[in-house]
Amino acid sequence: MSNDALSGMREGSLDPAINVPRAVRRAGTSRAKQFLWNLAPPLAFFGFFVGSVYVASYVILSPERQFLLPPPHEVVRNGLLDGKHLNEQLTALWDTTQVSLTGLAIAFVLGGLIAVAMSQAKWIERSFYPYAVIMQVTPILAIVPLIALWFGYDFSARVVVCVLISIFPIITNTLHGLLTVDGNLHDLFTLHHAGRPKRLLKLQLPHAIPDIFVGLRVSAGLSVIGAIVGEFFFRQGTPGLGRLLDLYRAYLQTDLLMSALLFSVGLGILSFWVIGLIGRQFTKNWYEETHG
Amino acid sequence: MSAEAPLAYEGAGAVTAATPPPEVIEFRSAGKIFPDGTEAVRDVSFTLRRGEFLAVVGPSGCGKSTLLRMASGLGPETSGTVERHVENIGYVFQDATLLPFRSVQKNVELLAELDGLPRAERRALARDAIRLVGLEGFENHYPKALSGGMRMRASVARALTTKPPLFLLDEPFGALDEITRGALNEELMRLFVSKRFAAIFITHSISEAVFLSSRVLVMSPRPGRIVTEHDVPFPYPRPPELRFDPAFGKLSSEISQALRKGHE
Repeated sequence: MSNDALSGMREGSLDPAINVPRAVRRAGTSRAKQFLWNLAPPLAFFGFFVGSVYVASYVILSPERQFLLPPPHEVVRNGLLDGKHLNEQLTALWDTTQVSLTGLAIAFVLGGLIAVAMSQAKWIERSFYPYAVIMQVTPILAIVPLIALWFGYDFSARVVVCVLISIFPIITNTLHGLLTVDGNLHDLFTLHHAGRPKRLLKLQLPHAIPDIFVGLRVSAGLSVIGAIVGEFFFRQGTPGLGRLLDLYRAYLQTDLLMSALLFSVGLGILSFWVIGLIGRQFTKNWYEETHG
Repeated sequence: MSAEAPLAYEGAGAVTAATPPPEVIEFRSAGKIFPDGTEAVRDVSFTLRRGEFLAVVGPSGCGKSTLLRMASGLGPETSGTVERHVENIGYVFQDATLLPFRSVQKNVELLAELDGLPRAERRALARDAIRLVGLEGFENHYPKALSGGMRMRASVARALTTKPPLFLLDEPFGALDEITRGALNEELMRLFVSKRFAAIFITHSISEAVFLSSRVLVMSPRPGRIVTEHDVPFPYPRPPELRFDPAFGKLSSEISQALRKGHE
């Protein structure tokens, strides 16, 4: 691949018309093959993992202790195929999705604004940054009770947890993107008397877009975790997946616990993937495949 | 290159022998010492007039780029004076420094956009500049999809859009292969012949300097001083074969010796 990239840099001919741009797609068949080949290792591991769970469930655990690790088909039957349970979990999933997306949206706007402010002056960066770090390293569980006291126990409190847990990657990545613009480009803007707003809108922000998406992708996963952690503690309002997990735990319904867990993981992966997909749409024409 | 084109320069071709062309920039004993105490440039004096193409050659790190930043006002002199008689400067860097998130068309429009020109006008300017550098058909391509030489063409086109009377070129073709570089030299000369701007061209290729310029300044290693000045007598437009002319070779070897002397 690196060889391809290098040869693309070279000028093949003096006539620009002959210089065909490099992004030539590979033939469809070899792409499909490549896709399967990439999929094989994780699938193989999945098979191994499911097999191990069966072994542990049937061979290692005695029948009366089997509830500790239910065999996968029971998780599927009770958690995913049973109408009542499935409905319960899907409702919770929807609730968690709303909380985490709201949190992510707020973190995106707020984090972006903080990063823009920090990029404008060193003193602003220096005044904000330590607290951003402190916020990041504070165990979220430790401050959840405080959040409950300040914001109540329902939707808004959960959203606050999401924002707190997911804002840091957005701030740092956006800031990085805003501050790593080529100095020559800044000079060019200086020569044309461009002020801060023009510089920000036409140079720094678009330059930061790939970094913003890197941050958003990390934050998307974190926001789902935030929503579930929040629900775990705030037992009012509509129950989300976190609340459900706690209930299943209390009733030792490990099969349902596992399926609810699958839903939470699925939600995290989906957000991560969708954000990555949107980011790639933005940047696919701009950079080689290293971003997004 | 027709006269009614948006990129038509005012006063292009008006340079005659009777009236000396106007001064564009003047260095008077200009020097630059950086805050950390490094002396990059010492006591440089020269005058550049409209229609002159000045090449500056010198070893790496001799302060050539600093000299250019002084000329542009981006990195002002710390001693002596640099007097600019023009506001509008076309700066071309060693890297194409295109915005990766803009198409060629939008990249070339950038400066006109920063200067606040109306959309229709900057479109016409960009289209004309793109045509002049031979990038027609690539308007909607992103820089990623271009070769190094084509990116440099786009960079030159971008600088052309503001019709600058002074071009500052900081080793613009230094990162390109020999063949592309030769082709772009010829095109730059073609542009110079038709627009007759003034240019300061930094390079460490002697043959590039002699081929393009009307005058060559040779700089010493840091702190950069002007060691010698060489007039290049060949009339414009210069054919590519000039590079194999004995007179060309003779002048090149003189400059080469001056460079070596500056090292001692």
